[in-house]
Amino acid sequence: MAIVLTDLEIAELEKMANTLRQDVIRMTASVGQGHLGGPLGMAEVFSALYFKVLRHDPKNPDWGERSRFILSNGHICPVQYAALARSGYFPVEELTTYRKINSRLQGHPHVGSLPGIENSGGPLGQGISQAVGRALAALQAGWKHRVYCMTSDGEHDEGQTWEALLFAGSRHLRNLTVLLDRNNIQIDYHTERYIPLEPLVDKYHAFKWHVIEIDGHNVRQVVEACDHANDIFDGPTVVICHAIPGKGVDYMENDPEWHDSTLTSEQAEEALRNLRVVEDEIDRKIATLKGRVAA
Amino acid sequence: MIREDAHLVSNLFAEDLVKKATRDGYGEGLLELGGINNDVWALCGDLTTSTRAKAFAEAFPDRFVEAGVAEQNMAGIAAGLALEGKIPFASSFACFSPGRNWDQIRVSIAYSEANVKIASSHTGLEVGGDGASHQACEDIAMMRALPNFIVVAPCDAIETKKAVFAAAEHVGPVYIRFAREKTALFTTGKTPFEIGRAVTLTDGDDAAIIACGTMVYLSLLAAKSMFDSGMSVRVVDMHTIKPLDEEIVVKAASECGCIVTVEEHQVYGGLGGAVAEVLGREYPVPLEIIGVNDLFGESGKAAELWEKYGLTSTSIAKATKKAIKRKGAFGKRRAA
Ligand SMILES: [Mg+2]
Repeated sequence: MAIVLTDLEIAELEKMANTLRQDVIRMTASVGQGHLGGPLGMAEVFSALYFKVLRHDPKNPDWGERSRFILSNGHICPVQYAALARSGYFPVEELTTYRKINSRLQGHPHVGSLPGIENSGGPLGQGISQAVGRALAALQAGWKHRVYCMTSDGEHDEGQTWEALLFAGSRHLRNLTVLLDRNNIQIDYHTERYIPLEPLVDKYHAFKWHVIEIDGHNVRQVVEACDHANDIFDGPTVVICHAIPGKGVDYMENDPEWHDSTLTSEQAEEALRNLRVVEDEIDRKIATLKGRVAA
Repeated sequence: MIREDAHLVSNLFAEDLVKKATRDGYGEGLLELGGINNDVWALCGDLTTSTRAKAFAEAFPDRFVEAGVAEQNMAGIAAGLALEGKIPFASSFACFSPGRNWDQIRVSIAYSEANVKIASSHTGLEVGGDGASHQACEDIAMMRALPNFIVVAPCDAIETKKAVFAAAEHVGPVYIRFAREKTALFTTGKTPFEIGRAVTLTDGDDAAIIACGTMVYLSLLAAKSMFDSGMSVRVVDMHTIKPLDEEIVVKAASECGCIVTVEEHQVYGGLGGAVAEVLGREYPVPLEIIGVNDLFGESGKAAELWEKYGLTSTSIAKATKKAIKRKGAFGKRRAA
């Protein structure tokens, strides 16, 4: 049954994306390092995932029927940490311990350190294989839950990514959805500059994957694409999420320099000011929509 | 000389002693284990015949993953299975796993403490004709460096089978290395085996030989020849290189006064290195490390390679005599 989102639900997911962005700015500013471009660009995707798509229970992180979520591009973990905290896995105040000594919020995620984290990751290319292992276990046992894996375009330079894609396609892993952060940047340059990934859709098709392309900043499209993937029974699905790195902070957008950079406190303040303007707009929209519902 | 509680075969030094490859012990152990534990899975990278994972693959096709020639992905799939509560045995040649996929083993398995068993055949020079590219002599060093990993190098097919069961019992990552060629089958079902507890095979106090894998039987032959000429040499089967049975190493050092280590692996970073670390810290005595001497091997028959690269009972005996001679002089160089 297709998910139908109301305008109010859409606005609330947009508001959550904005909140996650503000969290990401606060976390990286607090420690003076960490990744920004990817986390900011994936805010809508994480909002949609954690607040609509994934079946999960923050009070029972090991619930057997939960959706599995593997973060392959571990460096964008600030946005996952923010989504986990906002879901209720741990206190929001803990977010600013990111990358600091004695923290559960490691610079790259570590399974076992923090509830809600399903894999250790960072070195690129390792996530899809682990998602495949989890998907195989589920299919063999007849478990109904779905396995999700977030990956980045830069990770497609890694050989292991293609090993995993080839395997998953050939095994028709219908319970696997990969979300691809197609933000066109990697650490040093734009992805198409030296080792172009295009034609990316053709590559996935050749590897026997079903492909859905969406605007990664449109929460409705994220939810609908993930929902659509549930109805594809002959193989795995990749949702290519076209996204703007650094989205929401105008001076960071589309600039590989902001993949990971140090924010000055002035820059952080400016970013938060930017985001609060958007937040106010969303709040007004929500108020209007609620008024309409009440009327 | 032979300890009764080691329960070795009665015809230990007979010409007609049965030979069997340790990889066959792996294949049999895995098959048997699969029959009694439904959580056990196996993976292999296009080498089911060579690694002997084939019997399991045929018996339990729904718990077997043919990963293809893609060891990095295989390690990741194994991690995913383990994180879902399965007990995957990922099989390949050691030159590919951990040789090719050490990063995946490090992050997806060791760091996550995923309950994966990396089971690798074709270790050491005895791989033979394939040559140096396929003769993994660095794997112990690679795996010993990883936190959370247990590293086991069984001495014959029976001990390998026991190691497979013990690995499944242990919750956490385990590396088991075994080999291609048929080698002496000299332990029995009664020979004790427990991860982390070495087995003393012979009594002796002139010297102690601490060996693992294919080199244990050659060490027994060396001890026998020395016994025949009046020297008593202790032989220890150090099947677990990590965690090392430090107690037995210190005991051997204090009671024998010198130690020889033997392994089919580089002399750096393997069993010899592990023993040296303990001796340096706890009980310094003369130490001779026998192994592949910082070299790549080459094509040839296993016996020819062992001969050429100094992995024979004769070279072990020679090193042992050297260690015994050094006992008196130990420490004098420093004093002078
Ligand atoms: Mg990118």
